[in-house]
Order: sequence, then C-alpha cells, then structure tokens
Amino acid sequence: MATLELRGIKKRFGDFYAVDGVDLMIAEGEFLAILGPSGCGKTTLMRMIAGLEPPSAGEVLIGGVPVTHLPPRARNVSMVFQSYALYPHMSVAENIAFPLKARGMPKSERDTKVKWVVGLMGIEGLVKRKPGRLSGGEKQKVALARSLVRDPSLFIFDEPLSSLDAQVRAMARGELRQLHDRTGVTTVYVTHDQLEALGMGDRVAIMNRGQVRQLGTPQELYDDPADTFVAAFLGSPPMNLIERDNRIIGFRPEYLQPRADGSLAQGALVFKVRIMQLEFLGSEWLIYGVLEDGDGENRLLAKVDQPVASKLRSGESRDFVVERSCLRFFDKTTGLRIAPSAAKLTQ
Amino acid sequence: MVLALRRLIFYVMLALFAVFAVFPVIWMVITVFKRNVDLYNPNNNPFIYNLPPTLGHLEFLFTSTSYPTFLWNSAFIGVIVVIITLLLSVPAAYSLSRLVGRWGERSGIAIFFVYLIPPTLLFIPLYQIVSLLKVANTVWSLILVYPTITVPFCTWLLLGFFKSVPREFEEAALIDGCSRFSAFLRVALPLALPGIATCIVFAFALSLSDYIYAAVFVSSTASRTVSAGVPTSLIRGDIYYWQSLMAAAVIVTIPLAVAYGLLFDRLVKGFQSDPGAGEKSAA
Repeated sequence: MATLELRGIKKRFGDFYAVDGVDLMIAEGEFLAILGPSGCGKTTLMRMIAGLEPPSAGEVLIGGVPVTHLPPRARNVSMVFQSYALYPHMSVAENIAFPLKARGMPKSERDTKVKWVVGLMGIEGLVKRKPGRLSGGEKQKVALARSLVRDPSLFIFDEPLSSLDAQVRAMARGELRQLHDRTGVTTVYVTHDQLEALGMGDRVAIMNRGQVRQLGTPQELYDDPADTFVAAFLGSPPMNLIERDNRIIGFRPEYLQPRADGSLAQGALVFKVRIMQLEFLGSEWLIYGVLEDGDGENRLLAKVDQPVASKLRSGESRDFVVERSCLRFFDKTTGLRIAPSAAKLTQ
Repeated sequence: MVLALRRLIFYVMLALFAVFAVFPVIWMVITVFKRNVDLYNPNNNPFIYNLPPTLGHLEFLFTSTSYPTFLWNSAFIGVIVVIITLLLSVPAAYSLSRLVGRWGERSGIAIFFVYLIPPTLLFIPLYQIVSLLKVANTVWSLILVYPTITVPFCTWLLLGFFKSVPREFEEAALIDGCSRFSAFLRVALPLALPGIATCIVFAFALSLSDYIYAAVFVSSTASRTVSAGVPTSLIRGDIYYWQSLMAAAVIVTIPLAVAYGLLFDRLVKGFQSDPGAGEKSAA
C-alpha cells in the first residue's frame, strides 16, 4: 500500500504527445479511475506508471520514492491486463505462483500464499486447469488472484471487465470494489466505460488528448463539469449544450422538463421544443427534441418520467423548462466553465 | 446422394495421391532386399520378389562401404549445425519480432533473401574461406558453411512464431517480477517451442540434404556425409549398387519423412505468421 504521485508526465511518439503533462496525486488506499475515450492517452499513462514505457518527461513516485527509471519488477506494482495475459503454457496454480517464483520465494511459502489467494477468490476448482479451458469470468478471477498474491503496493487495472458479458460485468464491478475495500491496496483503474469509472472510483480523472481534463469525485464530475468536454462525455445521455449570448449553457437531460401550468420559478429558462421522437428506457422516457427559436438547429434531450411522457406526442411543440440552479455556463471559445454572470438571459 | 458421391471422389483422389507419394519409397524398400539375378532380369516384375529376398546388400552397405562413417558424419554435422543455428536464430528472430517500426519486418525479409542465393553461386568464395581457415576436407568445413543456409531460414521461420506470441505475456512477466531476459526465457521461449522444434528438424534436414558443399569441400572418404558419400562410393564407374543405394537412401529418408509429417502443420503456421495461431496452439 502506497501513494502514487505523477509529476508533469509526458510521452511523445514522434511529433505526437500521447500524454501531455499529467499531474496526479493518489492517496494511500484510494481507488482512482482514469476515464477517457479511446486514444486519450490513458493506456499510455498506465503503462508509464507500471514501468512498461519510459516517460519522455516527468516523474513517477510510488510511496514517495521516485521510480521513474526503475524497471517494472522493482516497483512492486501489479497489473491486470485487458486480455488477462494468463500464461497459456502454465496451469492456473502455476500462473498464480509465477510472481512469487520470479521473486525467488521458497516453494513451501509459495504454496501457502497461493492457497490463501485461491480461497479468497473462490477458484479452488480451477487450479489444475490451463487458461485455455477457462471462461471469461474465470480468467478474470485467476488474473486477479495472480496480481493479488504478492501484496503489491499498487494495483493497475487495464479495462479488466471489457471482455466480459454485460451481465457478468455488473457483478464483477461489485466484486472488484469489494476486493479493493477488503485489501485496501491503492488502485488505478483505467477504463473507457463511465459506468465502471463512476460506480467504482473514489475519484475519477477524465482524460482527453493526453491531458487530465478534470479530477474529482463522481458526483463532482457529474454535477460540476470543468469544461464542455467533460460535460459532453459524462452521463448517458450527456449534458445538453446550447449556445446563448456568446457562451454555452449546459444542463442535464433530467432537468429539462415540460412546462407545468402555473408560474415559473425565478430565473428559470424556457425553451420552445419540437418533439421529434420518444424513446422508452424502462423506468423513464428519453425525448429527442429540436429547439425551435434558436439560431440554427439545436438538438435537445430530455429525460422524463412515465406519467409526464404519456402526455407528450412526437411532432408537437412544447415549452420545456430548466431551473436556474441546474444551469452550467461555459466559455464559447475555450469551453471552460465560467461562473454564472448576473446578465439576464434572453428567453 | 450427391454428398456420398463427393465423398467417394474425395477418397479416391486421396488414395491416388497417397499411392503417388508413397510409391517411390515402396519401390525402394522392395528393391533393397532383391537379389541381383532377380533385379537385373528385365522379364521379372519389379514390384514382387521373383526369387527369395536377401539381406546381403544391407550387410554389404554396412560392412564393405563407409556408409556407417557417412551416417556418423552427417549426424555429427547435423547436430552441431542445429545447435549453432538455434544459438543464432532464436535471439535474432526474437529481437526482430519485437523491433518496433518497419525495420524489423524489412530486416526479416532481407535475412530471408540470403537463403535464396543458390549455393552454386557461393561455393567458390566459401571454399576460399574454408581453405583460408584450414578446415577444408574436414567435417568442420561443412559445420562452418551450413549455417549460411540454416540460419536465415530458421530466423525467418521463428520470426513468425515469436510474432504470434502476444507482447502482453512478456509485459505481464515483467510486472510479475521478471527481468527482460527471464521474461523471454520463461514466457516467450516456451510459447515458441513448437517453432523451435520445427527449426531443429529443418536445420537438420537442410544440412543433411546439401550436396554441393559436401561434394566440393570434402574429398576424403573419412569426412564425407551421406549425401555426397553415398553416390561416390556406391556408384563405381558405370556400376550402380542399386540395392545398397536404395537402402542408404531409405534409412535416412523415412525418419525424416515422419518428422516432417508430424511438424507440417506447425511449419505452415510459422510461415503464415498468423497472430492467433500460436496462441491457439499453445492454449
């Protein structure tokens, strides 16, 4: 267990910066998720933390000790690969014992350790099998066992759930988080799936184009995105972003509701929306609409409850309202968040 | 009905081809045990024993010719050449397969081109080297020269096998506490083992089948190999010791044919460089 600190990490491939100046401080025992679209540099960043890739600039510190120029084996990090990378020529038991063997632990001690971790993961029945004869979920458990067996100071996960079925994945998310809470090992979890990042991370770092765009708790990221990228990336569906008065206004689809009878709340924003389509999501409905009074075609999304949706028809025009407190403002050119100004909004 | 017919045609074709492939070997084996009187009578059926078979020619081959020496020389040269080949081509192929960028591929192809230069072009310059090193007329001349054929071939072959081993396995090994070298030794090498087995057979076969170098560099009977020694000692003037010649060839051919047959699938996989092939066969 240790802290992880990244200072000004950069990685250049030719003229392209895959990682362009990342500073991160991860507390002891924290579960940090790194979330971003593919190609954002999160995998490269993770490989630099593990020591598989030397950074072009910057420093990596684990437990306060600079490890930038140390090989992976000297960092005591353990990693679960996307493909699990179980050695196909070894049995499950040999796979799990491999990190101990590589460190020269005597056989009797090794056996005790392997037995402990096999029990912890509940995979006693698999130890004699070869990885080729395991299911996706079983492989994942073995990979976890292999990374757990040697008490690492840092855990790195590289999209460990992406090759699982959707149903197994939800279960695995819970199990992973529980495992972290039980072992208390500092964890870096790389994913492009926001459900995983928001659901499991103590904090989430959102990356794009080699930089961390925002770092915060899942709630902070969702409620107060730092820029339009984060706003448009998080949430399914993401935030509505509409240009008004030389700035961008953002609000979550669940805050956009059909105007009820009676008076408007102070400062609420009203949009005239033509409903294009209604989509059933289960507990609620998603309304695809087009802004009628905006310049150009502005598409809007609204999430409404069943009773509200039953009164809406596609093709009709309706007034939709967002409360003032639910609005977020962004600079038109930089996309960065700005404080709501006192200037009156045109409606 | 159509299916049954297609099946029938398939098996008939298969049988025809099998006969075509095995026929020379069977004829050789039959000939080995034939008496001279039987063999040289043009009215006799060449495929059956018209007179009782004999072991005489086999005995002649092993007692009155240098065939045992040839066998020993070939085996000795083959084993040493295989060792040299593995020592050179395993590291070469591994590093080429892990070389990032286009140069890995290009160097691999360049190495393979070396294999395509025919020995008939090379034996004169190589002979100068061999005589300069004062190893001409000894088995060491061939041990020195054969790697020029086997190393490029095996490097190319192994390149495909190493490429089919995903890099992630080695990276996992690095993180699990291995050094670069022990990751190669414990993970990459065992996964490329089928390729290495294929290399052993092919390097051995290549060194065994060479005629030009063996005939040119070595003239003393004591140092000759099977491929050059058999034709020179079993064809005297215009007399062919057919039965012994056939015996000499069959004894070497059959074990090799079996080894080739067992490894054929692996060989094709190595040439295809299919990234999934190694993983599947290993799993």
